[in-house]
Amino acid sequence: MKNWGFNISKPRAIDFDTADTSEYSKIIEKVPSAQRCLMCGACAATCSASNHIDFNFRNCHLKYRRGQFEGLAEEFDKCMLCGKCKLVCPRGVNTRAVIYNMRIFLNDLNYKNIE
Amino acid sequence: MNNKNVIIIGGGPAGIEAAFNLANNDISVTLFEKESQPGGNVKNWAKLFPDFGDASVVRKELTDKLKHNNIKFLANTKIDNLKWENNNWVAITDKDEKHTADIALLATGFEVFDARRKEELGYGIYDNVITSVDFEEMYKTGKILTTEGKIPERIAFLNCVGSRDEKVGNHYCSRVCCITAVKQAIEFKELVPQAQAYCFYMDMRMAGQFYEELYRKSQEEFGVNYIRGRISEAAVTMDKRIQIKAEDTLSALPMKITVDILVLMVGIESSESTLKLSTDNNIVGPYGFAKSKSLFGKDNYSEKKGLFLAGTCKRPLTLPETIADGRSAAIEIINYLRLLDEELGI
Repeated sequence: MKNWGFNISKPRAIDFDTADTSEYSKIIEKVPSAQRCLMCGACAATCSASNHIDFNFRNCHLKYRRGQFEGLAEEFDKCMLCGKCKLVCPRGVNTRAVIYNMRIFLNDLNYKNIE
Repeated sequence: MNNKNVIIIGGGPAGIEAAFNLANNDISVTLFEKESQPGGNVKNWAKLFPDFGDASVVRKELTDKLKHNNIKFLANTKIDNLKWENNNWVAITDKDEKHTADIALLATGFEVFDARRKEELGYGIYDNVITSVDFEEMYKTGKILTTEGKIPERIAFLNCVGSRDEKVGNHYCSRVCCITAVKQAIEFKELVPQAQAYCFYMDMRMAGQFYEELYRKSQEEFGVNYIRGRISEAAVTMDKRIQIKAEDTLSALPMKITVDILVLMVGIESSESTLKLSTDNNIVGPYGFAKSKSLFGKDNYSEKKGLFLAGTCKRPLTLPETIADGRSAAIEIINYLRLLDEELGI
């Protein structure tokens, strides 16, 4: 068959009916304060890494919540675990522990190798 | 002031509270209520934010005040006309009875937004799309079930239905719906802990004492999911569930989700009586609410001499604010009558 160079693009929409939110439940178990996150972005604003490279913890946290793990492991590698984000969080989320645990879980999930 | 009398239109919290405080100051009050029972919109509520107080207890406390000897309470009486005639306020009922008084107090309150006007959300079309008022009604039975009698696994609450929406002509915020969604999400999770609750919002406006704390508690203790985005449309699935489309604005991606029940948090609109009586007397303000003389100093006064305003006929208010405003109106009327007496040298 002739290849016309077209293919079916993956849907961009988040599908909550199929999204895997069970992984996030594990994070909540480890770091209950994560549930309180308001997505205000104070963490991302103060982040030493974010100010120099393309990294946004607030967004990564949300992606994890929604079960969108693709590329997240690489993202979290950019974090230096300095904990500045934890100092500014208005809801007292232990952001550093959130990242730390997400790294471990993502490693377990082996999402790094998923294309 | 002993021979003075006041007519109050509306037997909700503002009207009752004003009537009681006037009666306590030896003023005769005639209170008109269009429905068979007093209590206004409080009748529709099971529990109240932010402390989950029992609405029926609050209502009983209010209606007990109507037993005062100086209060004449007339149920099933709708006021069709209110006018200033021969130095008196005249109220004409739907039975064509005339009541005259020195002072008239408008306490005609609000009505919730008719969700059918937002057709894309499916209220009145799909069974499992309900309003926040329907939720309260269902909660009174002690169960939240789908129309098929199923315990929901997923429920979604949508804020700002009829509020902050130019498309329905309401630019304003109704102020009470955000916190009601938080309250109802918690109530739902208490009934069905294993289920998921999602709350769609544009902004969470927690501007009241203990509101923010309740919001936080709903996330921390009940795991309510908050999604910033307005639902654009709801559709029904083969198994009578509701499929919702929205944007998850914080991740800048479109999203869809299927829920068993969609609850529309309907906003506050001017009631039919508020609109009619304030229009007739030329005191109507934006969105059909009655307009007070001045927001700061004369908030219970209208531009019409001897015509006072109390409660949600002016704007969306919470229940404690409404009750306090009824009390405030009573004080203003007493002061006004006292001044009138002085002018007349009585």
